[in-house]
Amino acid sequence: MTTIQYLSLTKPQRALITIGNFFAGIGLGIARFFKNIPYLLFKLGKKLSGPFVVLYYAAKNGTWFTRANFLIMGCSQIFHKEFFRGILYLLYEVVFIWFMIKLGAPTLSKLGSLGTFARSSSYVLDPAEGSSLAIGLGDDSFNILLYSLVTILLIVILVVLWYFSIRDAKSLQDNIAIGRLSKNSQFFKDLMDNKYHTVLLAVPLVGLVAFTVIPVVFMIITGFTNYSQAHSELYDWVGFDNYTSLFTSFSGANGMGTVFLKILAWTLLWALIATFTNYFLGMVVALMINRKGIKLKKLWRTILIVTIAVPQFVSLLLISKMLSNSGFLTRLFVDWGWVPKLGSPFDNVVFSKVLIIIVNMWVGVPYTMLICSGILMNIPEDLYESAKIDGASTFKMYRSITLPYMLFITMPYLISQFVGNINNFNIIYLFSNGRPYFANLPASFGNVGETDLLITWIYKMSMESGTKNYAMACVLGLLVFIVIAVFSLIFYGKSSSVKSEGDFQ
Amino acid sequence: MANRPGSRRAIEKTQRGIIYAILIVVSVIWLFPFVYLIFQSLFKVPVSKNFFPGAGNWTFDNYINLFTNDAYPFLKWWLNTFIIAVFTSLLQTVFVLMTAYALSRLKFNGRQGLMKLMLILGMFPGFLGMLVIFYILELLGLNTSIFSLILVYVASSAMSYYIAKGFFDTVSKSLDEAVLIDGGTKNTVFWKVILPLSKPIIIYTILVSFTGPWGDFMFGRYIVTAGSIPASGWTVAVGLQLLTTKAGNLEYGLFCAGAVMVSIPITALFFWLQRYYVEGIAGGAVKG
Repeated sequence: MTTIQYLSLTKPQRALITIGNFFAGIGLGIARFFKNIPYLLFKLGKKLSGPFVVLYYAAKNGTWFTRANFLIMGCSQIFHKEFFRGILYLLYEVVFIWFMIKLGAPTLSKLGSLGTFARSSSYVLDPAEGSSLAIGLGDDSFNILLYSLVTILLIVILVVLWYFSIRDAKSLQDNIAIGRLSKNSQFFKDLMDNKYHTVLLAVPLVGLVAFTVIPVVFMIITGFTNYSQAHSELYDWVGFDNYTSLFTSFSGANGMGTVFLKILAWTLLWALIATFTNYFLGMVVALMINRKGIKLKKLWRTILIVTIAVPQFVSLLLISKMLSNSGFLTRLFVDWGWVPKLGSPFDNVVFSKVLIIIVNMWVGVPYTMLICSGILMNIPEDLYESAKIDGASTFKMYRSITLPYMLFITMPYLISQFVGNINNFNIIYLFSNGRPYFANLPASFGNVGETDLLITWIYKMSMESGTKNYAMACVLGLLVFIVIAVFSLIFYGKSSSVKSEGDFQ
Repeated sequence: MANRPGSRRAIEKTQRGIIYAILIVVSVIWLFPFVYLIFQSLFKVPVSKNFFPGAGNWTFDNYINLFTNDAYPFLKWWLNTFIIAVFTSLLQTVFVLMTAYALSRLKFNGRQGLMKLMLILGMFPGFLGMLVIFYILELLGLNTSIFSLILVYVASSAMSYYIAKGFFDTVSKSLDEAVLIDGGTKNTVFWKVILPLSKPIIIYTILVSFTGPWGDFMFGRYIVTAGSIPASGWTVAVGLQLLTTKAGNLEYGLFCAGAVMVSIPITALFFWLQRYYVEGIAGGAVKG
């Protein structure tokens, strides 16, 4: 259909065509995906087979020194007086073997069962001392899982280094064959230039792996065990049991599945409302402050920035104090008849949800205001001039110039805000703490309530004393991740400013 | 009618009047809790249901208590947090700049993958890893000191490369090329070209990572409870949060006075460096 034909249609017909195109697009997308599969497989195969080809040639054409690297890493480098690299390779191999004998192999052998007899059962009461003494080291599933993880990581590193050492030895041999002797100094110069990223990223990445990657992987794995208060020392693999028990318990108001769906719905609703109220109010305030003829611009802005400057937990704790049973605002609400006498503002579901959203505006509007002010000043003035000449009203100019411009530029911010709000722990935990609580729930659910988000529920389930339903919390954590990942993928794909990463360079 | 210049000016005037009125209301709402906090901290017997202390009820006792009370050693908390914040901000800034430069300027295998990995890692609820993090601290023998928080904060600094990278992306590449042609290395580019041009983003990173530890109570409290650290080893956030859970009048007064004492230096710092903060978040949002 040509554009003219399309434009001659009425609005409902156009909408129908758009919808039709959307569904046709899905089909085409799927078809394209399958059409690309052979090519993708070919690319993947080429990428995967690359290292094996290198290894094959190193074994076939290598000198004995190169071949010795298959067994003793760094051997060839040391012989060719590349001491720095050679000794590092060798050192890693030695440490690795020592670690495997000492800890790695025994731990890995227990990974299947996660330990058989508990450490606490190996304690006996020493009658003379009146205290307990350990007579043998029992198993601790937590340790076994964590050390196994570390061991597997070290094995992966070994394989990668082993490959690098052989490839390096082969290229060393080739260079010597054509009479180009590489020197240690060249290696260091490379580190400052072509391989500078290894120098820069080494320390941050070690930190990232130790304090973020390992914990996250551990968390995902724990979701497949029954780690909880009842099984705190020895726990077992349970496969997908946690997931099935979550997704089959929709019967009645206090099945875990029902509670999960309720909280998920509120989390998404909350994230949506919180993001948009903050965004539009922040933009409105920014528009008002930046309007021509308004004086004291700096003062208005500064007043709002105070909220950002004061640590958030201080202001949130303070507001929650004001809304405590004897708090200042609660008394006002009682006087106005919004809250029954001797009641709490958090007794009523709708009222407490509205309160949270209002407090969130109080916290979040200043940020949006700052960002929007910066952008507003960058909108080309002549756009407004020409609109004014054409007789456009203020509202019309806002709708056709300001809003599209803002939305286009701040899309990434909006997405990160949405994701941040799904995980907005502080405001719920410090402020309403989930109240009003659900009644008659099993203790293993934690002290969960109507205004809890998934993230605060997870926290209550795993960290608060008395619950420690850790495995289930990990399952929920993974589900939160999936929710966020789906939304980010949808939005990031659509946002054009993400695609054009290099345009500013 | 509306096109007559006189009426247009009148409309403009009323519009402006409305805007001023709204702005004044907005300012009152936004300042209200802080004014309330300051008044509360000056109450003789703090009662959270009154706004003003009545005549003769003014006192500085809460502030005096704050610095003399032994059960809640606020000065120690303040110093602990200050030390943590200083070290965290220095180390974190270094690591953030290093990561951001590598991801923005150096083309290497796995660069895209690394950025995606960090994006994905950021989507997991971080505190579920606290058990493991605490265990690692225990292995390193650091679990009995609040200063291990420095390690925890700094270790994850690579994840906050985003805004600095966005800034480096906008620095023209021709400068790099000039240095490289003159025989410089990527190392020289980093020190001689990028860093001198990045004053706003450096100050922004320092500011954000300095203020972060003052507000974080989640990790702090976990380490305090799990490592059974005595009160003298707490941070401000942990201490103040614990004060609010106690019902006594003494604690409430201490909380208000303590909150004021925390807020003043941070706010002052913030206003001093406000320009850089605004540039940082505005730039980060625009560049994405």
